[in-house]
Amino acid sequence: MNTEITQNGLWTNNVALVQLLGLCPLLAVTNTTINGVGLGVATMVTLIFSNTLVSLIRGFIRSEVRLPVFVLIIACVVTVIELLMKAFFFDLFLVLGIFIPLIVTNCAIIGRAEGFASRNPVGASALDGFMMGLGFLGVLALLGGMREIIGSGTLLSNADLMFGESAKALTITFNEDYSGFLLAILPPGAFFGLAILIAVKNAMVIQSKEKSACN
Amino acid sequence: MNIKKILISGFFLWIFALVGTTFVAVTENTTRTKIEDNERLILLRNLNTLLPAEQFDNDIVNDRGTVPASDLLGTHDDTIFYRARLQGKPIAVIFNTIAPNGYSGKIHLLVCVYADGKVAGVRAVKHSETPGLGDAIETQKSNWIFNFNNHSLDSPVPSKWLVKKDGGDFDQFTGATITPRAIVLAVKNTLLYYQQNSDIIF
Repeated sequence: MNTEITQNGLWTNNVALVQLLGLCPLLAVTNTTINGVGLGVATMVTLIFSNTLVSLIRGFIRSEVRLPVFVLIIACVVTVIELLMKAFFFDLFLVLGIFIPLIVTNCAIIGRAEGFASRNPVGASALDGFMMGLGFLGVLALLGGMREIIGSGTLLSNADLMFGESAKALTITFNEDYSGFLLAILPPGAFFGLAILIAVKNAMVIQSKEKSACN
Repeated sequence: MNIKKILISGFFLWIFALVGTTFVAVTENTTRTKIEDNERLILLRNLNTLLPAEQFDNDIVNDRGTVPASDLLGTHDDTIFYRARLQGKPIAVIFNTIAPNGYSGKIHLLVCVYADGKVAGVRAVKHSETPGLGDAIETQKSNWIFNFNNHSLDSPVPSKWLVKKDGGDFDQFTGATITPRAIVLAVKNTLLYYQQNSDIIF
């Protein structure tokens, strides 16, 4: 069961690559790795908490009001995360600011609440939230990295926003004179990048299927 | 029977709303001072990049006043400004100015004006200009915004407060004219505002 949940979240049923949910924040913030990771972590934490809470109340919730209750839970969790972020990671909040409240509208979260957490025990639901979140985070980081390298010729710029002053050294600049490839940073770059990732994933799935068919 | 069901469901929702709101309220309460501190710190950091710390000795964040909405400042509401003093003597004033006509909407600026009407510095604090083109107004991306330092309405004369493309004295940057044009006008208007209102500022 647990390996199945892990596999589902990270690969087979990946939120961003297979379910294609939460595309608005995914496409909007991934112009740098750090932005992608920041939103990814926030989404993952939301998923863990919303899944756990929904699973806890699944026994006595009345089915006709379950969706408003799920939305309420998610909205509260996101608001609390926003406040905590403002208190402890203010610089990162300034960058991600408007996208944090948008997590509420990320269909992946209500999708997991309704599709998984409302029918499964707490432990499994928390793990599902973590793995789905991690899968989403991975795609955000990967897409952010791709767009940052191609678009601005750097990797992990502004890492200090998340990890403090000492992380400034993490930034890798590949070529000082690189003038940047604007298309990669602008929204079209996000669509192209995501399309490439989905294509690569599908190709890998098809290949492994053919292999197992040959055997 | 149906009424009873509705009432129970309603009660459920009410309970969850109550618990949820309490949870958010408690968090808000415990983080409030920390968040206010952060906001003040960011503001101070912005103000300090405009005006070196050794040029003033007052508590600049709290030495503030408000000015009513003004077309020259591009504002539609009362906005806050900050005063810098050295041993009580007026040194500079920092305005929150809005350039209303950027390429993608409003550009929020901090404009620091010395008491004698010279620009001490300009910073873009919030904007949504095109990444890679219009965002050269950020200090991390280019030095363009420093071009205003030490200019005043005497140098160049007001009719020359335009980008070079429009026959003025200020550079535009490659690929973007609208953004620099908006900022040059906003800085000029802020200086005009200061000239007309300097008596109520200090």
